[in-house]
Amino acid sequence: MKRLFFGGIHPKYNKEMSTTVTTLHTIEPRTVVIPLLQHIGAPCQSLVQVGKKVRLGEKIGDGEGLCVPVHASVSGTVVAIEPRPHVSGREVMSVVIENDGKDTAVPFTPNDTPLENLDTDTVLHRIREAGIVGMGGAAFPGNVKALSAMGNVDTLIANACECEPYITADDSLLRTTPEPVLQGMQILTRVLHPKRVVLAVEDNKAEAIEKLRGLLPGYPGIELAVLPTRYPQGAEKQLIQALTGREVEPGKLPVSVNCAVFNVSTFAAIYRAVRLGQPLTQRIVTVSGEAIAEPQNFIVRIGTPFEDLIKRAGGLHDRTERVISGGPMMGFAQKDLSVPVVKATNSILCLLRDENGAAENPVCLRCGKCVVVCPMRLQPLYMYRFVKAGRVDELQRLNVLDCIECGSCAFTCPGKLPLVEKFREGKKLVREAQTK
Amino acid sequence: MKLTVASSPHIRGNFRTNRIMLDVVLALLPALCVGVGTLGYRSLLVVGVCIACCVASEWLYSLITRSRNTIVDGSAVVTGLLLAMTLPSTVPLWLAAVGSVFAIVIVKALCGGLGQNIFNPALAARAFMLLIYPVGMVRYSSIAVDGVTSATPLHHMVMPGLPEESLWDLFLGKCPGSIGEISALMLLLGGGYLVWRKVISIRIPAAYLGTVAVLTLIFSRAGAPWEWMLYSLLSGGVMLGAIFMATDYATSPATSLGQIIYGIGCGALTVIFRYFGLFPEGVTYAILIMNAFVWLIDRYTPPRRFGTKKGGKAK
Repeated sequence: MKRLFFGGIHPKYNKEMSTTVTTLHTIEPRTVVIPLLQHIGAPCQSLVQVGKKVRLGEKIGDGEGLCVPVHASVSGTVVAIEPRPHVSGREVMSVVIENDGKDTAVPFTPNDTPLENLDTDTVLHRIREAGIVGMGGAAFPGNVKALSAMGNVDTLIANACECEPYITADDSLLRTTPEPVLQGMQILTRVLHPKRVVLAVEDNKAEAIEKLRGLLPGYPGIELAVLPTRYPQGAEKQLIQALTGREVEPGKLPVSVNCAVFNVSTFAAIYRAVRLGQPLTQRIVTVSGEAIAEPQNFIVRIGTPFEDLIKRAGGLHDRTERVISGGPMMGFAQKDLSVPVVKATNSILCLLRDENGAAENPVCLRCGKCVVVCPMRLQPLYMYRFVKAGRVDELQRLNVLDCIECGSCAFTCPGKLPLVEKFREGKKLVREAQTK
Repeated sequence: MKLTVASSPHIRGNFRTNRIMLDVVLALLPALCVGVGTLGYRSLLVVGVCIACCVASEWLYSLITRSRNTIVDGSAVVTGLLLAMTLPSTVPLWLAAVGSVFAIVIVKALCGGLGQNIFNPALAARAFMLLIYPVGMVRYSSIAVDGVTSATPLHHMVMPGLPEESLWDLFLGKCPGSIGEISALMLLLGGGYLVWRKVISIRIPAAYLGTVAVLTLIFSRAGAPWEWMLYSLLSGGVMLGAIFMATDYATSPATSLGQIIYGIGCGALTVIFRYFGLFPEGVTYAILIMNAFVWLIDRYTPPRRFGTKKGGKAK
């Protein structure tokens, strides 16, 4: 089979685990915790006070610079504005709202302007005001990304690879409601004028692919690319390489090779923002893993605590070892299950002890498997060695900052070295040396 | 419930050190069987002594230095087996024992242990044994008759001339030689298994054997160059060396280009030592010398950096 990007691995995907339940249930949290920072950039300032009544979709935080607003995902009363645990592991200032269960919403203003008359300013303004960020995990403000891509992009890519094991949130979106995604793609096509518009999906999503093939005749200009499943295909640089053969230069953004990549959930959110006037207040979240009783996908209000979702999915196994926000390859392990779902949370993964887990005394055999699987063509075995030795000069020579932390090397390592962990340390060392 | 907070990735593959070692042992078994069949049951005794002494010295070393016990990873078994494969079946057992201890303690453990040693333990031990007691290392039992020694096909080729055994005999292993080296067919089979199991890549063996083939074809020492080339490939320790010794993880390069350069270097040195050296065989020293260059080769053959053209500069 032709390799479309360098390296990569074939982990056990376990996707069927969360797709047996085909209905997307909703969940009604008693309280939601809305962090004022859910994107890359500057945090929002709260626009509400404790005791204030808020409506569903009401803007409750906004700010200047690289910042998008946050909205109430329920109607009810603000009961606290205080630092709360966040999926990043730090505490983040959050607005806590008690849900009155009425879903009294702010009035949304739909926009039915035909595509060809839709103007750029309206689209970008609506994307910003809806608080849209990259929903695949990066959480980069959507309007800023779209703005920087204007005039510089010949290829617009919708990313539905979802290459991480277990996660089926994007898959569920495409199987249940693919139209908003395609209409969101049309809207950005209108704004960015790309020559090529691609929806990229891995070949392990048969049902979604079938559904899309049926719909695409109604959306001329959108191309469906079915890629051979391999991790980390959905990583931005790897996906661009797989689809266009272009390599993003070290330290540069996709726009430098005339590409813009958005997650399919982001496209659906863009459609809702531009056409329906709805802010981003909910998303699909996969709750899965061997340690959860009833793995499935939910439509979740932003701010819903992890523990509510876990309870709704039948609860945790007694021997649960880890609860992860995101995928098993790149996600963050959580210690406090009161953390809320944020805009970029695509999955809550509950895992038992991994039989193949870390060794007590990890030893590098120099087998070189890490070099073969690295999609960025790095040499993990030497990077590991020089992080341990604290050699910043060698780490710079080995381009440790190029590492995308996909974990392919650590997954493959027979000596079970803590590679990614060490590379984060190494990157920190290099960055510190560079700022001196 | 106590939740573990650790770095990603949270799942790992099932590729393990002891599985790799088991695969290497399995891959060596066919060649070993032919060795025992052709050279007699004393071969098994040699194998037993080597493995037992390697495992025992690994255990004793970890006990004395209070370091962690590494017997479970299986690498000592592999070292012992590999060393035995390079020895004649007539080797004195005390010499085999001394060689085994040398391989584990001096070459491996004192260099930092698994994955840290610069030289291939089995080959370094073999070189050491040749140094301290050469007589014990060059008497080869002839086919199926224990106790009678004869020259190996490779000895004939120093004359120079072609040996009396047919190419087919050499391929199947009906000839005198070291325990593990005589059947090219079985070694290739084992190598194929390791490539299939992704334990080794084909780059080093292919570059090694390819270089030997090309050089012996061009600089043939017999009237029939193709025949000379095939005899050169099938006799002596080239197959064993190229497939099982030069591919040792710790002592070979990790980069793709580096592996090819290393294989070519091993092949070229093997031919040079065979043609111009004092001993008929050159595999051991060829690989040991290339071992010394592994880190240097890796350093100067990094993969092309993602997003850059050759040379590491941005486009």
